[in-house]
Amino acid sequence: MGIEWQALALTAQLAAVTTGCLLLLATPLAWWLAHSARPWAGWVEAVVALPLVLPPTVMGFYLLLWFAPDGGLGSLWFNLTGGPLNFTFTGLVLASMVYSLPFATQPLQAAFAGIGPGILEAGATLGASPADRFLRLVLPLSRRGYLTAGVLTFAHTLGEFGVVLMIGGNIPGETRVVSVALYEAVETLDYGSAHRLAGVLLAFSFVVLLLVYGLNRRLSFRLGPGI
Amino acid sequence: MTPLNIEAVLELGNFSLQISEQLPVDGVLGVLGGNGAGKTSLLRLLAGLEHPHSGRLEVDGVCWFDSERGIALPTHERRVGMVFQDARLFPHLSVAGNLDFAARRARGPAVPREQVLDTLGLGPLLNRRPAALSGGERQRVALARALMSAPKLLLLDEPLSAADMGYRGELLSYLHEVIGSFGLPTVYVAHTLDEMTRLARHLLVLRGGKCVANGRITEVLAQLDLPEVSQGHQSGAVIEATVAAHDATYQLTHLTFGDQQLSVTGLMGTPGDQLRIRIYATDVAIATRRPEAISIRNVLTATVDGIRVDAQLPYADVLLTSGGHPIRARLTRASLDELGLAEGQSVFALLKAASLVSD
Repeated sequence: MGIEWQALALTAQLAAVTTGCLLLLATPLAWWLAHSARPWAGWVEAVVALPLVLPPTVMGFYLLLWFAPDGGLGSLWFNLTGGPLNFTFTGLVLASMVYSLPFATQPLQAAFAGIGPGILEAGATLGASPADRFLRLVLPLSRRGYLTAGVLTFAHTLGEFGVVLMIGGNIPGETRVVSVALYEAVETLDYGSAHRLAGVLLAFSFVVLLLVYGLNRRLSFRLGPGI
Repeated sequence: MTPLNIEAVLELGNFSLQISEQLPVDGVLGVLGGNGAGKTSLLRLLAGLEHPHSGRLEVDGVCWFDSERGIALPTHERRVGMVFQDARLFPHLSVAGNLDFAARRARGPAVPREQVLDTLGLGPLLNRRPAALSGGERQRVALARALMSAPKLLLLDEPLSAADMGYRGELLSYLHEVIGSFGLPTVYVAHTLDEMTRLARHLLVLRGGKCVANGRITEVLAQLDLPEVSQGHQSGAVIEATVAAHDATYQLTHLTFGDQQLSVTGLMGTPGDQLRIRIYATDVAIATRRPEAISIRNVLTATVDGIRVDAQLPYADVLLTSGGHPIRARLTRASLDELGLAEGQSVFALLKAASLVSD
């Protein structure tokens, strides 16, 4: 009886792909939320925060319907690729992105809002175009926001269970992630496998967090207090 | 220094800044006014950080903004070097990094970095982070950074306000040095007259978003009905005088302006030089007869040109003309009545002190 390396690798892959895609998506969204003065920005903010309060099974249920071949996104996806979304890795990535949206967006929004207009105005008077200002001022000044967003998204995706169960099922190599494998091991009273999976995930999570917070401390030391 | 012409007709929304002026920026244009007069708004409009609701802005013959033609040149294409009240250094970069940021984006002729560092005394600070600098040091770095971007127009927004009181004189000297050696057209916002007279040749006075005076500083300072230049102990005149001779024995410099003579302590300039002399209103006394046996050396003949009395105050302001230059005097109202001064009267102006505006 070995460790389920396939489930572990799939989980890490899911978390990594989700984190990467979500940071790309959340950047413009968080920027808009941090700077928009439109009244309906509050509505968008509320929608983004929904996954924080909804039970994962509720979200999973709606996503299942939405991803279905006759659902909104599912039919679009089928027309584009000829394949389904439910019970696939791609579907799992999309669902994880929805599920972790607030965890990526909120730290970035706070980081962007914290920079304030003054620094960017100074950049503009020095001849920096908007894209230049974003790359050379906003990104480096939001490093800690990205770090937090990345860690939270990654960790949140590692621990995902309800949503996966609803839309992913339990297909080895495709959707069978650690939390699902662990659940199955416990269900079948295979406590040995459960221990090994849980132990590896615990150790891995701890090491990742240790690295991140160590890095965070070094960053804050270099930037000085309050930044 | 080539004069830079700013033609502005600007209207800015709910805070109404309404300016319709031609501003020659020959060296330094000073912008004076109380809180909320619109000084910072004017700078922000020039920098393109704010766009007027309607109007037109032309700088040196190039249109930067025109609401009718739909032109609004973005800030990063205007080549303005702006120094904000709060420095706004990039916190994630060292002093050197801040300067490099500007230098890499400079679109004019390369700015001699060594000269900037020397002029502003920044050599020892290069590796520091902004968080480790004092208020005055930050302003110096901000000024250096603005210079490194090779601007066509320098905009200074009360650069002394963030520095400690005791350090302002030093920072002012740095500013003077920078403006002198880089010869950039500069718009300088301040609210003390001393800063203004030290740096500016042309003065724009704003009040409640409107321009109330715009002219050569010597003329604007002489306006009795302008509270911005009349209130407070810094009220006074600036005259331009020529060095006539030095008196090495008594360490005096003799100057002439118009048909008048004046001496100041110390040996200044060389004969033929033009110097700017600051004469505070409180340092000028008036006599109706030439006084004798008196220690005051500078006694000018003058004509009373205007009198302004405020019945609420013990003082009265008198405008004199001497040697073709306006000079302000502040007397008590009691003295004014005792002397029976009237416009057009010939009097003697006694200068208790006259100081050089280093130039």
